[in-house]
Amino acid sequence: MLRRLKEWLLSIPSLAWLVFFFLLPTLMVFVIAFKPANLLGDIGEGWTLSTWVELGNPNYPAIVWRTLRLSFYCTAVCILLGIPFSYCIARASEKCQRWLLMLVIIPFWTNFLIRVFAWKAILHPEGILKHVLVSVGLATPDTMLLYNEGAVLLVMVYTYLPFAIMPLYAAIEKFDFSLIDAALDLGSTVATAFRRVFVPGIRRGIQTAILMVLIPALGSYVIPDILGGPTSEMLGNKIAQRASTDRNLPHAAALSALLCLGVMLPMLVSTLVLRRKKRGEP
Amino acid sequence: MSGFLEFEGITKSFGDLKALDHVSLSIRQGEIFSLLGPSGCGKTTLLRICAGFETPDSGRVLLDGKDITDLPPNRRKVNTIFQNYALFPNMTLRENIAFGLQIAKVPKKEIAERVEAMLQLVQLEYHAHKRPHQISGGQKQRVAIARALINRPQVLLLDEPLAALDLKLRQRMLVELDGIHDEVGTTFVYVTHDQSEAMGLSDRIAVLNRGVVEQVGTSTEIYEAPRSSFTAAFIGDTNFFNGRVCEIIDNEYCLIEIEGIEPRLRFFNDKNLRANVRVDVSVRPEKFSMDRNPPVPSLKHNTLRGIVEDIIYLGSHSKCWVRINDEYLISVTSQHSRFLLDRKPILWNEEVWISWHADDGYMLERYDENDEALLALPSDTDLIEEPAAVDDVEAE
Repeated sequence: MLRRLKEWLLSIPSLAWLVFFFLLPTLMVFVIAFKPANLLGDIGEGWTLSTWVELGNPNYPAIVWRTLRLSFYCTAVCILLGIPFSYCIARASEKCQRWLLMLVIIPFWTNFLIRVFAWKAILHPEGILKHVLVSVGLATPDTMLLYNEGAVLLVMVYTYLPFAIMPLYAAIEKFDFSLIDAALDLGSTVATAFRRVFVPGIRRGIQTAILMVLIPALGSYVIPDILGGPTSEMLGNKIAQRASTDRNLPHAAALSALLCLGVMLPMLVSTLVLRRKKRGEP
Repeated sequence: MSGFLEFEGITKSFGDLKALDHVSLSIRQGEIFSLLGPSGCGKTTLLRICAGFETPDSGRVLLDGKDITDLPPNRRKVNTIFQNYALFPNMTLRENIAFGLQIAKVPKKEIAERVEAMLQLVQLEYHAHKRPHQISGGQKQRVAIARALINRPQVLLLDEPLAALDLKLRQRMLVELDGIHDEVGTTFVYVTHDQSEAMGLSDRIAVLNRGVVEQVGTSTEIYEAPRSSFTAAFIGDTNFFNGRVCEIIDNEYCLIEIEGIEPRLRFFNDKNLRANVRVDVSVRPEKFSMDRNPPVPSLKHNTLRGIVEDIIYLGSHSKCWVRINDEYLISVTSQHSRFLLDRKPILWNEEVWISWHADDGYMLERYDENDEALLALPSDTDLIEEPAAVDDVEAE
């Protein structure tokens, strides 16, 4: 009994943190979504379902679809690039490993917003990349590198790649490469060894990397806002627009709640999958 | 040469390190052949060349008459048992064992039958559904054997397969390995740094040192008639004497004069040396008999007098070091048969006589003073198990 009490006392600080800064704000978002909006931009009295009905806005399905699509593409590209990159880091000499990891982390020393603006400069019609591409004949003078989905996806991958590399590196670094030798020795090709031994071996790293990229990607706001045009808006932009431009907090809250559910669902699924797999593993 | 598995002049360097230097070996079909040597002698590299994980800088590997030097590992009828077993953690034991057959696209029904037969051979029928982390080291070892043998390889390579097991289990697995070999009859190439494993299991042994084959022979040949000081010192224990032939007796024996040692010593002259030739001779510790009284003089025995400097009691026998003079400290093994006869055991600092029969010494073809380091009194650092990592580094 005393031990239980001690455990509770010890977990109070972290529990309080989670309650005040995570649980309550999230609940507030869900509560506000059921409140009416008033013309002053405040939250009105009483309860209503009208905001949820407004989510049936014919513009939304396209935006939701784009958000999902860009996030999934971004996740897939990050994993596909992250595996060979992490592989190289994990197989490099110890000294090289430290340097390469450093290179992965260095961008975080600069403010995220500044890095996104830097991309704007790079992709700008008068920017350096455009000049280079035009001069080697890969682009025509009226090719647009900026303000489209491609630009958004590119910078999303740039932003979230380190979040994929870190868990993948951790998994590959622990992987026992004599298993690959064993698979080759038993007659498998390199491709089969990769598919049947390497990928299952770093499965946890891949799962973590997917969560680490997919969740923030779904909530992207700054990147499409700065680099995307009106045709590459994502859900995050709509939420910001409803909250700050339209001053319709309940509507923004309902959109946020929708996104929140969309993020929690895959997490819930992956936790359940992990738990079921755990029975057979240490 | 007409062996089943042939290494012809294999040379392999890693940077400045010459791991193998013109190694030629001929291994017969169906035999258990051991590659024995200390860490870093090149034995693992030779095995990896045979498996296809390394390509030699020069030389050829022939299997059943075909050149397999440049074949990738997955196209050789050779399977390996890895030092850490390398079982696939994401598969059950049954899936592990079936892996090779699945890759070879053997029909499902046949796979099931052969896996079942293999599980029986290694006595793991009741564990087939488990995963590698749920079974013991000895069981992992057996899975590794089954997973390799199910492909019916022409040669099975074993890379220090017992190194990770404790002593008792190691001895049992050794017997099991021998039994499995009798049953399947596959050619085994066995890499180890443990002389007792090699001598207990092998039909023939190749002793490797610094990338060079020192000697190839049966366990008895290598133990009783080592050609070089390295073999003599690495296999078992021995004592070296460096001297000059001064007289030939009956064309059979010779008297050897050793600096600082009083009587001239009689050795069997199997190398047909002539007088005045310098020679290195060696006598194993268990060939001596030790007594505190001088033995009855005999023409065929050599006798030396010395002081016992150190005794290590080892249960089955004791090891003593007897100081003859400043240069010679002789290692002597003595049995404890006298314990119940109420005779006082020999103690430190006692004066003793050691003697041995002239036939029990042997002459060496090659002698390297460094090898005497292998015979030095064990210091504290030697007692710590030598890590096998040196070989791994060499392999990379």
